[in-house]
Amino acid sequence: MHRIDCPWCGTRDEAEFQYQGDATVVRPDPDASEEAFFRYVYLRENPKGWHTEWWHHVGGCRQWVKVVRNTLTHEIFATGRAQEDLPLPGTRAKPRRRTRPKQ
Amino acid sequence: MSGSNRLSKGGSRIDRTRPLRFRFDGRSFSGFAGDTLASALLANGVTLMGRSFKYHRPRGCLTAGSEEPNAIVEMRSGARREPNTRATIAELYDGLEATSQNRFPSLKFDIQSLNQLLSPFLTAGFYYKTFMWPASFWEPVYEKIIRRSAGLGRAATEPDPDTYEHANTHCDVLVVGAGPAGLAAALSAGRTGARVLLVEEQAAAGGMLSPDRDMIDGKRSADWVEQSQAELNALDNVTIMMRTTLFGYYDHNVLAALERVNDHVAEPPAHQPRQRLWTIRASEVVLACGSHERALTFDNNDKPGVMLSGAVRAFVERYGVTPGKRVVICTNNDDGYNTAEALINAGIEVALIADARTDLCIAAQSARETGIRVETGLLPQKALGGQNVSGLSLQRADGSFSEKVDCDCIAMSAGFSPDVHLVSQTGVAPVWRENVLGFVPDKPIRRERSAGAGQGTFDLAGCLAEGHAAGLDAVSSAGLKTGRAKAPPKAKAVEIAPPLAIWRCPGNGKAFVDFQNDVTARDIHLANQEGFSSVEHAKRYTTLGMATDQGKTSNVTGIALLATARGEPIPDVGTTRFRPPYSPVAIGAFAGHERGKEFQPVRRTAMHACGEKLGAVFVEAGQWLRPQYYPKSGEGVMEAIYRESKQVRETAGICDVSTLGKIEIFGDDSGEFLNRIYINGWKLLAPGKARYGLMLREDGYVFDDGTTSRLADDHYLMTTTTANAARVLAHMEHASQVLWPDLDVHFCSATEQWCGVAVAGPNARAILAKAFADAIDVSDEALPFMGVRTFEWSGTTARIFRISFSGELAFEVNVPWSAGEGMWNAIWEAGQDHGLIPYGTEALSVLRIEKGHVAGNELDGRTTAADMGLGKMMSTKKPFIGQKLAGREGMVAKDRAKLVGLKLTEDSGRLRGGAHLVIDKDNANAETSLGWVTSVCDSPAIGCWIGLAYLRGGLEEHDGKRLFAVNPIYDEAPAVEVVSPHFFDPQGERLKGPVR
Repeated sequence: MHRIDCPWCGTRDEAEFQYQGDATVVRPDPDASEEAFFRYVYLRENPKGWHTEWWHHVGGCRQWVKVVRNTLTHEIFATGRAQEDLPLPGTRAKPRRRTRPKQ
Repeated sequence: MSGSNRLSKGGSRIDRTRPLRFRFDGRSFSGFAGDTLASALLANGVTLMGRSFKYHRPRGCLTAGSEEPNAIVEMRSGARREPNTRATIAELYDGLEATSQNRFPSLKFDIQSLNQLLSPFLTAGFYYKTFMWPASFWEPVYEKIIRRSAGLGRAATEPDPDTYEHANTHCDVLVVGAGPAGLAAALSAGRTGARVLLVEEQAAAGGMLSPDRDMIDGKRSADWVEQSQAELNALDNVTIMMRTTLFGYYDHNVLAALERVNDHVAEPPAHQPRQRLWTIRASEVVLACGSHERALTFDNNDKPGVMLSGAVRAFVERYGVTPGKRVVICTNNDDGYNTAEALINAGIEVALIADARTDLCIAAQSARETGIRVETGLLPQKALGGQNVSGLSLQRADGSFSEKVDCDCIAMSAGFSPDVHLVSQTGVAPVWRENVLGFVPDKPIRRERSAGAGQGTFDLAGCLAEGHAAGLDAVSSAGLKTGRAKAPPKAKAVEIAPPLAIWRCPGNGKAFVDFQNDVTARDIHLANQEGFSSVEHAKRYTTLGMATDQGKTSNVTGIALLATARGEPIPDVGTTRFRPPYSPVAIGAFAGHERGKEFQPVRRTAMHACGEKLGAVFVEAGQWLRPQYYPKSGEGVMEAIYRESKQVRETAGICDVSTLGKIEIFGDDSGEFLNRIYINGWKLLAPGKARYGLMLREDGYVFDDGTTSRLADDHYLMTTTTANAARVLAHMEHASQVLWPDLDVHFCSATEQWCGVAVAGPNARAILAKAFADAIDVSDEALPFMGVRTFEWSGTTARIFRISFSGELAFEVNVPWSAGEGMWNAIWEAGQDHGLIPYGTEALSVLRIEKGHVAGNELDGRTTAADMGLGKMMSTKKPFIGQKLAGREGMVAKDRAKLVGLKLTEDSGRLRGGAHLVIDKDNANAETSLGWVTSVCDSPAIGCWIGLAYLRGGLEEHDGKRLFAVNPIYDEAPAVEVVSPHFFDPQGERLKGPVR
């Protein structure tokens, strides 16, 4: 059982969350090509090791929580709010805010 | 062998003043409180306790603990019958009933022991080899035979009358095991004030300590254990859980334990559970799990009377029982001398200590000084005797015969394997330590540390010191202060001579490695010979370590033998990974309270009692119970549905629609948000109006539909289908939190806060006008079609929506949940003069099928808006979720299956959902299928069976055509006519209703 540190509620059991997949994909601008949307919807990396994921706190604050988790060891490196940019362990670059397309 | 083997004194765990009666295989015996079933049987001279899995060889107990592979019995009877219970941990209670397993007709004479004669064919992999041919024999013949002969006891066939609890706890430090190391850890951690939880599998603490011979802090160890327990019990921050097996070590230091609350009594007292399943969240863990002794691998080493040396000692010292009157001890390590001392102290004859090592160790010297015969460089060759050991033939290390010794018990020890099960569950690969002759834990992955025998420290002083240090380390790692610690408990330092690796004593007979699965040394050799040389392959091919004991006594020997066969060092062979549970856990414990009605919650609407009073038959819709139909006396299901749907169109009906998903949306950007979520436009919807909306998934397929109303400038109320309520909310939360955080929009589910009814039919307006006389004007002028109003009624806020699912003049009224019953009753009363009837989900469905409205059956996740005939709703003036991918080539292809209506054109028979539509009913297959039927009903308004279907090419190609709805399950293929799905009132004139 994972213990996830929700930035709003504190550390909670995995059972309160719903796994929602890859948090690194960014929804394309509405004007983007069909191909861009195809990639957004269907194509996923399946990394062995560190990965940034969505865990939806459905049994708590109902926030989409960003989690940097190791898919091999299940270790959690960092958790954050939906709009936060979380660095992977070992990356030296200062976390940069990802620019999101305005709609 | 028979007669009493109870010693006249000794037995630290038994209470000789409390005799207990019990039965084994129908025979009556007596034992003492504190006995295990195994010790009580031994005390009565019963050494034969089971038959082996494959060869049905007679077996007695090998161990005295939870690692027992042989003495596996059925306990209790009837609904409480429990197979595969280890006699070595089953505590005796008055009236205990146990029977042996896997034998026929009796334990003494088991007809299948003839299997031994077939043993050349029953070697490793025999399933794969023997039962290969013919393939058609597998299920009807082979499987049945195998299942009967390789039985593991019978499960109870009646429901379990006992209850099981789930419980949770948190602690700073969890200590697993209450042996010397575990007690020392619990003491040092507990004294700091940290929250400590100590769990111990057995009923008594102390582990492998010898109560009288071992001394700690100058006291008998039994006294030290008692005082330590008393000190821990006195600390408020320490909890001790006995009879509790920690069986699972999961991610993030979440652990699971099974507390056997009432396994040691015949029946749990009233209101008490049989067992309790604990989920433990521990900041830090100390694993003091001890070690498992290994068997020496010599011929007939499975004969009753052959036991592990530590087990022999445990029976003598803990239970005052001797497993034999004349014992031979075979050992490769110093611990055998401990057993010798215990036996001599108890007055039992030790015929010989055969030490495999050639050097005379210190322990051997002192044993010789007390007059025991000790021989070095001597190995067991073969256990002699019938159903019990009567002697042992011994050999030199080179295999030459040495001598035969008469004995009725052989105490053997091939060394100790640190118990690395739990640490292995965390993903740590144990590493080989040659001086221990065992695998020890590697660097931790989780927040844990080991202490004592669990990491290969076998001397008492070392165990105490390590436990003490581990407890303090755990406290400081948890971020707590340790303060000034007391000195660790002390024991005399003893020099332990290294063990000698003996994995196979020379011989050609059956020498067992895995006793429970009947895996011999030869099988492992064979597995390697046949190419199954990887440890994981050899394990599965031979089934080594795959029995319910998970190979606690056998794995290391098996790995060592595989290494020998491969000609490689043991570390190169590696270990298999242990997985939870550490020892078997009953399904009942996992289920806990969640059985029967408590399997999942039942959700009832606010008006459930109203429906009940009117005789509703309820149907499960997810967790909800909804009125399905309201049969009158003598009325069948179909008749009731027909009557209800007919009556609604003639007078009026009331239907509980509380389960529809309701989401309240607030914020200045709510309209913009809806614009992006739904395919149609929302910017122009005025306050006080409702609109039908359809939403797509990002992949372009239809997700959900419902009406959404604008209650105020910045306040909307969305409704969703019952089934999708939670999914839609999550979808919207993703959109607002992840995709468009800049939008000012907030929402929350209001499904359980607001309940609702639909009132439909020509008399609906008159009924509501009467029910809400002074509260709201429901005239066509005041509340036009798709109008929405909020009003005060009977001291509460109510919402009325002029929307229609049935195609009739209809309203939906919502009130807070608490006012639901009052609202239903008010409308019901007002409707008595207007022919108001209640209608259920079935009639609701009939009415919507007649109108061609889509519902769950049509929203199957594979349809586009255009497939449902709603393609024109897709706005081209704004972007929305799913827009881009809905335009893909395949999504707009002409030959897609589209929504159509069907009419049964035959006078008899019926339509069925799931039928496939074909042109030629004699050529119906997956290729000729043109589509499928989604919803059907016997329609009063149309006068025949009608249905909705998805049909390739849709109305454009097939309007008016005659097709067949083939249903191979019922062997039916009625003829149908393809028509528009809008069967009834296609212009929607009835929605306006008669103006009054």
